[in-house]
Amino acid sequence: MAQLVVIPRKCTSCGQCVAACPFGAIDMPDKAEINAACKMCGICEKTCPEKAIVRLETKAKSVDKQAWRDILVFCEMSEGRLHPVGMELIGKAHELAASTGYQVDALLMGSSCQQAAEELTHYGVRHVYVYDDPALDFFRAEVFAACAEDVIRKVKPSVVLVGATALGRSLAPRLSTRFRTGLTADCTQLELKESSDLVQIRPAFGGNIMAQIVTPYTRPQFATVRYKVMDAPKRREEAGGDILPMKLPKKAVSQVQLVDKHQVPKAANISDADILVVGGRGLKKESDLEMVKELAALLGGEYAVSRPLVEKGWDTNARQIGLSGRTVKPKLIITCGVSGAIQFTACMEAAERIVAINADPNAPIFRVAHVGIVGDVYDIVPRLIADIKREKSQYAGV
Amino acid sequence: MNIFVCIKQVPATSKVEVDETTGVLKRAGVKSKMNPYDLFALETALRLKEQAGGKVTVGTMGPPQAEAIIREAYMMGADEGYVFSDRRLGGADVLATSYTLSQAIRTIGDFDLILCGKQTTDGDTAQVGPAIAEHLNIPHAAWVSRVTPRQGGIEAEQQLQDVVETVLLPFPCLLTLEQDICTPRLPSMKKRRETKNQPVTVFGLDAFMDRDPDNYGLSGSPTQVERIFPPASDIKQEMLTQGDLAKQLHDKLKDWKFI
Ligand SMILES: Cc1cc2nc3c(=O)[nH]c(=O)nc-3n(C[C@H](O)[C@H](O)[C@H](O)COP(=O)(O)OP(=O)(O)OC[C@H]3O[C@@H](n4cnc5c(N)ncnc54)[C@H](O)[C@@H]3O)c2cc1C
Ligand SMILES: Nc1ncnc2c1ncn2[C@@H]1O[C@H](COP(=O)(O)O)[C@@H](O)[C@H]1O
Repeated sequence: MAQLVVIPRKCTSCGQCVAACPFGAIDMPDKAEINAACKMCGICEKTCPEKAIVRLETKAKSVDKQAWRDILVFCEMSEGRLHPVGMELIGKAHELAASTGYQVDALLMGSSCQQAAEELTHYGVRHVYVYDDPALDFFRAEVFAACAEDVIRKVKPSVVLVGATALGRSLAPRLSTRFRTGLTADCTQLELKESSDLVQIRPAFGGNIMAQIVTPYTRPQFATVRYKVMDAPKRREEAGGDILPMKLPKKAVSQVQLVDKHQVPKAANISDADILVVGGRGLKKESDLEMVKELAALLGGEYAVSRPLVEKGWDTNARQIGLSGRTVKPKLIITCGVSGAIQFTACMEAAERIVAINADPNAPIFRVAHVGIVGDVYDIVPRLIADIKREKSQYAGV
Repeated sequence: MNIFVCIKQVPATSKVEVDETTGVLKRAGVKSKMNPYDLFALETALRLKEQAGGKVTVGTMGPPQAEAIIREAYMMGADEGYVFSDRRLGGADVLATSYTLSQAIRTIGDFDLILCGKQTTDGDTAQVGPAIAEHLNIPHAAWVSRVTPRQGGIEAEQQLQDVVETVLLPFPCLLTLEQDICTPRLPSMKKRRETKNQPVTVFGLDAFMDRDPDNYGLSGSPTQVERIFPPASDIKQEMLTQGDLAKQLHDKLKDWKFI
């Protein structure tokens, strides 16, 4: 639903809109006023020299849910490659689709992404919609949103899943707003009801609480999900599904220009590490982080930190686990002096083995730990390091 | 440069209570502060003004007590401040919040640049900024870690996964800012005295162009909180509390073949 309205402060009562309106829908008692005859053609908006008339979009009322079916997964291209979160979301979409008979489609936007499109056909999708255009070579939210809008209007998916990457979280709110519908950020669990309502669960309100959120009256239902929260399906040897090349819609224009683009120096990526050793506020000074780093190196893994250490400036956000940092799913994680707030645990509890070292037997981290060690980090970690080193040197001696 | 900064009042602790039936935050009685990420947006605005001239307006949607953060913004150097407060605005989700703010921004006037924090510490969605840009039909860049004023626009470095893209956005546009963009100044005592009597304008729904209450607050929110519950934990667990803990851990790691 939309509406044209006059901003009285800007209106100079010049009368050009009154003359231009084909429906006689504008009165001018003092300032311009739009009356009930308005057919929303928008000529007045274009005519007004003061830009005093604007179009307001308002929320659509309850939609016909039957008209919106299937699941569309946005697959992000990151420097010429598919970001793995896309495959994870396709995996989740298949699970959701199973109970409703929905199909899973993928959306790809970028420049020179033919190969990526072919790769996607190995993950059991029905269609891969591809917008392949030089205009999509760098990220402009409006241009990407215009393409996504184009395909969503054509396909009418009930659910749209977007990876909660920097790009995804910039794009998704534009899209959900454009469709005047709901968007739930950083979901950790998703389920589809028979009514086709998507049950979206996310940690919320900064406390130890999970919120279950639905979007009951509008479609599509948008959700973002972090990398490493869902499981990617096995790649199938056989390709399946169609690649459908799409034309860049006319709306996909923007005055935003690219000035420069450079790679971020490849920092150690905690999201991809198999083994992580994590330091928390149980560490008393910055140099104590050294033992965490040393243990990580000895185990052939990476080290990470909780948020307070980033706030103290001991390390960067790229090393931070948690809602405002990264999500991790390693084979082994050892936390040292981390209390285990929900913002932390929500982003690491999928690890295969969790070892927690904490002096406080009641620390919430022990609720998610497989092996909980109630003890002093300053006692345990240095001795563990010494043990491992001793053993290594013994082997080296043989 | 005419700049509008969206700021929000958030609970000062990370432990907040939630109304079990409505899922709405209980704010009464909880100490509040300005959303820490919004300080970076405000600081960036103040620096841009110092560099390029102009005016810094701040605004927040919230209860009347949210005036406190407008006062704080005055003490940092903001020129004008608004609180958008109305019972009918309560319970807003991303769509309704961003719509309200876009209505407010339209009502107040012409801005070249709208700045938001990257996210809030209570809602924590990082979505309100880009959603405001969409309502206003202007371009945006998110996760911005550096800005440079240019003729007729602003250059912004947006942080993406493996790349940093520097883009030039024409005015009007909206940016959401990373926390490492700058160090926010502290509120000044001198400014506190100077701005003691400076008014804070309060707007309700009736000040907006769209006065249909259905588009605001709970009724304008397409998402609904169905249920809130504590996180589950259903894993096999073992606690080690006694003996040589380092050695026991060492043995475990060996068992699991990590050593
Ligand atoms: C919106 C929002 C987003 C957030 N995002 C994140 C996020 O991304 N990542 C994150 O980590 N946090 C995040 N937080 C903060 C989170 O709520 C916690 O404050 C934080 O995780 C606590 O970090 P910590 O466990 O290191 O410190 P603390 O909670 O202070 O815990 C330190 C622990 O160390 C133990 N300890 C102390 N000394 C020793 C010792 N010698 N030996 C053994 N144990 C010891 C103590 O018993 C204590 O349990 C967020 C909060 C909010 C509101
Ligand atoms: N109620 C509000 N009033 C003013 N600004 C807000 C409000 N809610 C969110 N914002 C702005 O939007 C940003 C992102 O918020 P969020 O999407 O809640 O994480 C914040 O940093 C603020 O700049």
